[in-house]
Amino acid sequence: MSVFTSMLERDLKLAMRRWSEFATPLIFFVIISSLFPFALSPEVGALRAAGTGVLWIAALLSSLLALDGLFRTDMDDGSMEQLILSPASLGLLVFAKICAHWVVSGLPLILIAPVLALSFYLPAESLPTLMFALLLATPTLSALAAIGAALTVGLRSGGTLIGLLVLPLTAPVLIFGTRATDMAVHGESALGPLYLLGALAAFSLSLAPLASAAAIRVSVE
Amino acid sequence: MGLKRTFHLLGSPPTVYRLAGLLGPWVGIAAVILIAAGTYGGLVLAPPDYLQGDGFRIIYVHVPSAYIGLMAYELMAVAASVGFIWHMKIAHAVAVSAAPVGASFTFLALVTGAVWGKPMWGTYWQWADARLVSELVLLFLYLGVMLLRASFDDRDKGDRVSAVLAVVGVVNVPIIHYSVEWWSTLHQGPTIAQLDAPSITMDMLVPLLTMIAGFTLCFAWLILKRVQAEILDRESRARWVEQLVTGASA
Amino acid sequence: MKEFLAMGGYAAYVWTSYGITAFVVTLNVWLAQRRYRQALDAIRPAGTQAEPVRQPTVRRMT
Repeated sequence: MSVFTSMLERDLKLAMRRWSEFATPLIFFVIISSLFPFALSPEVGALRAAGTGVLWIAALLSSLLALDGLFRTDMDDGSMEQLILSPASLGLLVFAKICAHWVVSGLPLILIAPVLALSFYLPAESLPTLMFALLLATPTLSALAAIGAALTVGLRSGGTLIGLLVLPLTAPVLIFGTRATDMAVHGESALGPLYLLGALAAFSLSLAPLASAAAIRVSVE
Repeated sequence: MGLKRTFHLLGSPPTVYRLAGLLGPWVGIAAVILIAAGTYGGLVLAPPDYLQGDGFRIIYVHVPSAYIGLMAYELMAVAASVGFIWHMKIAHAVAVSAAPVGASFTFLALVTGAVWGKPMWGTYWQWADARLVSELVLLFLYLGVMLLRASFDDRDKGDRVSAVLAVVGVVNVPIIHYSVEWWSTLHQGPTIAQLDAPSITMDMLVPLLTMIAGFTLCFAWLILKRVQAEILDRESRARWVEQLVTGASA
Repeated sequence: MKEFLAMGGYAAYVWTSYGITAFVVTLNVWLAQRRYRQALDAIRPAGTQAEPVRQPTVRRMT
């Protein structure tokens, strides 16, 4: 356990020093959400209908934005080899990195989502469900981001390829997340989709570290 | 003892190469016969559907394509895992070969689905058809694996990294399929029907099974050919390859 | 025969589908053959130019 916490601490400290790591996904989220009204229409009805989808797509893209840096900085300065050689399981270390990634990219999204939701005229009663759905969905997105980053860490410029690889895998999260939000907007209980989001999170968080560790080992060889 | 020996033989490139060369023509001939028979059965022998008339005959090319597309991905994932775990080049060769073939059959399934959809739904595409949408996602997964592998200069790394992606993908396929199906039923009106023959009788089914078998053998022929090419590429320095080539040109 | 080609009014759709299928399958066959030929050609010129592996000659020390 101490290995996990020390890895987590380390990554968070590094992220704190480069505050742009917090800011970039967040600003991206806000900007994308703000661009959609220009593309759609300023009318209340249109935005309320599109709002759920827009917010979730923006959240998805923002989570994946911080991807490349996940393992690359460790790769470049050589600490990745040290991590592989360490007696601790690489999967556990990757899990710690996923948690750090979530704190940096997922948590700010959850906190600012209500503000953006209101800008899309979504009813205030739906906001708690939206935040809770994002709370369950963003860990899955971080897990998928980790897999994508691990697969491309051996490449010179893996950036755009990562998105391409990971985005199709995010479809279930998108489906259940938007469904939960829509149900809340219409005043219904969103328990079903929320459970499914939780299941996806549990599933991806348990498998992503394994897959990522395997991919990293291959890339470092 | 017999199983272990078979496993070892399957890992030996010259053995697999020669085996592929021997099997290839027979598999190919069988494929041609079955596809011809299936086509004839589907276009001529099968009676027209009481709802869709002769339009349903597209099923005889759409369903086999979709089946191959899905089966090829599973083969690719299994072969890639075997190659990853046991460091078998042959397994990676199978995975590399399965990808483009599977992707093109998935693409074919999408196109034939769209053409079938036009008279049935009135539009070429229907997001509410969960099976078709799942196939679209499957195509994206294929493209991802192929692109990832192509991005690596080191063939070994490319094999192993794309193997991880293939496994991640195959695990996700049922999840994606289930969630897309769930999503499509939410918004489905009573008029939208999935692409299928509504009630299938024996004389409609037999040509379909024949076509599926024929397509499978065609797929097998394509894989055998491509695996042979892969082996030649990967073993180009080996003496048996030199002997093979110089023997052939002599 | 005409009725067969007409496919109950669905001619355009049925024949397009079968046509595209034939195209894709043929394309795959052609590409697989080409891949194989490319692999062979890549070796052949190298095979004729490369020196055969020679065993090191063992000299007797007299």
